[in-house]
Amino acid sequence: MTEAKRNQEINQRLANLFESNVHLLEDGAGGVLNDARKPAIEAFRKQGIPDFKTENYKYTNLAKIFANENHRRVFAYEESNVNLHELFQCDVPELDTNLVMLTNGWYYSGNEQLTELPEGVVVTSLRKAAVEYPELVEKYYGKMADPEKDPLTALNTAFAQDGVFIYVPRSVVVEKPIQIIDLMRGGENTYATQRNLVIAEENSQVKVIFCDHTLDPQDYMVNNLTEAHVGENAVVDFYNLQNQHNKAVNLTGLYIRQERNSNVLTNTLSLHGGIVRNNLNVLIDGEHAEANLYGLALTDKSQHVDNFTFVEHAHPDCQSNQLFKNVLDDQSTGGFTGRIHVGRGAHGTLAYQRNNNVLLTGTAKMNTKPQLVIDNDDVKCSHGATVGRIDEEALFYLKSRGIAEREARLMLMYAFAHEVLQEVRVEKLGERIDELVNKRLRGEVSKCHSCVMDCES
Amino acid sequence: MEDQNKLLDKVTKSEYQYGFVTNIDSDTLGKGLNEDVIRWISAKKKEPQFMLDFRLKAYRKWLEMEMPDWAYLKIPEIDYQDIIYYSAPKKKKELQSLDEVDPELLSTFEKLGIPLEEQKLLAGVAVDAVMDSVSVKTTFKETLAEKGIIFSSFSEAVQEHPDLVQKYLGMSVPSTDNYFAALNAAVFSDGSFVYIPKGVRCPMELSTYFRINAANTGQFERTLIVADDDSYVSYLEGCTAPMRDENQLHAAVVEIIALDRAEVKYSTVQNWYPGDENGKGGIYNFVTKRGLCKGESSKIFWNQVETGSAITWKYPSCILLGDNSVAEFNSVAVTNNYQQADTGTKMVHIGKNTKSTIVSKGISAGKSDNSYRGLVRVAPKAENARNFSQCDSLLLGDTCGAHTFPYIEVSNNSSVVEHEATTSKIGEDQIFYCNQRGISTQDAVGMIVNGYAREVINKLPMEFAVEAQKLLQISLEGSVG
Repeated sequence: MTEAKRNQEINQRLANLFESNVHLLEDGAGGVLNDARKPAIEAFRKQGIPDFKTENYKYTNLAKIFANENHRRVFAYEESNVNLHELFQCDVPELDTNLVMLTNGWYYSGNEQLTELPEGVVVTSLRKAAVEYPELVEKYYGKMADPEKDPLTALNTAFAQDGVFIYVPRSVVVEKPIQIIDLMRGGENTYATQRNLVIAEENSQVKVIFCDHTLDPQDYMVNNLTEAHVGENAVVDFYNLQNQHNKAVNLTGLYIRQERNSNVLTNTLSLHGGIVRNNLNVLIDGEHAEANLYGLALTDKSQHVDNFTFVEHAHPDCQSNQLFKNVLDDQSTGGFTGRIHVGRGAHGTLAYQRNNNVLLTGTAKMNTKPQLVIDNDDVKCSHGATVGRIDEEALFYLKSRGIAEREARLMLMYAFAHEVLQEVRVEKLGERIDELVNKRLRGEVSKCHSCVMDCES
Repeated sequence: MEDQNKLLDKVTKSEYQYGFVTNIDSDTLGKGLNEDVIRWISAKKKEPQFMLDFRLKAYRKWLEMEMPDWAYLKIPEIDYQDIIYYSAPKKKKELQSLDEVDPELLSTFEKLGIPLEEQKLLAGVAVDAVMDSVSVKTTFKETLAEKGIIFSSFSEAVQEHPDLVQKYLGMSVPSTDNYFAALNAAVFSDGSFVYIPKGVRCPMELSTYFRINAANTGQFERTLIVADDDSYVSYLEGCTAPMRDENQLHAAVVEIIALDRAEVKYSTVQNWYPGDENGKGGIYNFVTKRGLCKGESSKIFWNQVETGSAITWKYPSCILLGDNSVAEFNSVAVTNNYQQADTGTKMVHIGKNTKSTIVSKGISAGKSDNSYRGLVRVAPKAENARNFSQCDSLLLGDTCGAHTFPYIEVSNNSSVVEHEATTSKIGEDQIFYCNQRGISTQDAVGMIVNGYAREVINKLPMEFAVEAQKLLQISLEGSVG
């Protein structure tokens, strides 16, 4: 079958899937979600499923992934017969968070009422929010994630039914991080669509931790998209811990729009997963705002992690930093595409981007594409990318001081990863991630930790 | 600020210095492209069958291809049927001495400063002057012949050394490589052919001046350089073009093949008509240049200074096939007014212990867009491959753009690949420092721009370095602040 024919078939199949289930999709969802569906599937039809010829997906061929996909779709909430809180224990025990759980992209009905939230803060299901706070959802839903520009965003918008809705009103500081655990589970291969909306009004502060897990060894696919609106002077952190098994496909999108003086930090830690693709889009839409994007991926076997970032500087005197690192073992592959766009009027911009990669074996593969598009002269922009192996001289230095080779290698790898890990602004989480990465590097977490299934063998 | 504007005005209004049209009768084919045109060109040049096959294969493939659109360029639609595919200055007779050369042609060369005349011999440059599409005059041929070096026009080479041409043609740029390479392969009219035999060090810089002359003639040059074992050659290519209103398409192909321990240095100064200050006219320069380090320890160096053309779209590349082979790419690209450039290089590491270096300096002014696009690929078996890339951009004024699109694909862990890029403008403190020492802002900008590009210009052969510096001055110096 030719590639063109295969792609056509996928496009047709997904469009048909939409047509024949549109009543299920619309059932019980708010008007905003439903209004966006048809234009979105149209936008997807126009763009088609991206393959290696699509510039933005050059290093993750989605057509190949979607070609063999015949997963079960979840068009309605499925009640869980076990208590998810008992089934799954968070791996960061000391971490004190406002915890909500999702299952296959749906808000878990067993979520307890969050009692420690400051007044006015809302954490609930997006489906419910669309009904209860229609004016809020309407104002922000679909405003940043444009289906016309990205086929995955189009698919997500067309099929979105539920997810998390977080609202932090003006001048409220949420001290305890909000943790969202998404558990993929089911008796058969499952495809889930999750859609989140985060609104942080001016002067507010909030930290959001997304944890992605799989509970059993079926093949899973998740198309997860988050839109975040960050108001003036607001400080918002996003952490994403990706810890799924090696047969899972995780397609994550994060769209952030920042207003004046706001400060955003995102840290994407891909510890485990079969195929992971992260799309990070940040629009700096006000003066003196700052965006920090970090990412670390540790891959082995035949895993694939591809980070894509697009930072758009539209206003003067803003700053952005990007640091992404990959440690690649076995036959794993990695991708990085970073684009900084400095618009005509964005003078005084400082924008930095760095991508460093270590290949541990001769069969691992890394593709990187750091890009700068600059339309203004009063800027300081730089990007750098390196691909190499562990520095032999550093290794020799450590060995000459009596440290065994294996230990020395681990120390160097850990030090390499630590640059990203130190950027975690939640104390306990930082410590725990440090520990997790250390374990992961030692190969002690050869299967996804806390997973009862032994799906690796 | 006002000063700056004044200076900017001055550069944007400075006229293209090399704009003139030479009146020579051309033996011109009608507009349009089809198989008959290709057969006509091939017959006209009395080419052997393999050349016709080569052209037709390329043409048939070209028909199936679509013009790529991934470049960061805005290209007006090109009507390929509205181009004249063959135009040769009328051949009067075989030329033995300068007296027999059309005086008008000579004066054209003089205006361009091509060292074709007697006193220019002292410069030690052999020139294969290409006026439009057919080679008119070749000097130094006899000196070179003594050493067994073949330096001739492509059509001559096809007649005299068909075996060599057949062996190497299309080896580094296959006829169906890309859209423009295929078009070139189908219709190319002439070009240069260089063969350096085993163990020979070419005693002088070989040089070709390309010049587009007849109106509405797309120029499709093809250059093939073969350096046999242990040989060395330095090749210069420079161009200026007359002022035109209509856009002209230029889709050339340059192929370099370096065998065992051979070394080839290819330097370009490109100053074609860039269009006027409103972006009207100008040359479309869509060139495919590729070097193949075929033998072990072979070396290929690309040096280029790009100041002209309305649209430049080219990536002089190297395929490092032989073990221990070395490649370098050094480039200065200047864009002004409405010029657009998407240029860079590709380094494909296949052999063991291969090394490549990329230094790219982009300078954008006016309303221009200047992009660097580069690919570094390390194949699984390229043990100990090493690449270092540096691409800096300098922006003059806040209406221009500078973009960087590096692609790095590494499949081998014993290799080390590094990429660095910075974007900046000339600092006020730098200007202030110069002013303080009695240097005018104008001179200071010139100094800083020249200093910024020095690293690359220093790599050019002496004669070229002077010209390149002059070009930078014409394009920018004393005119932008």
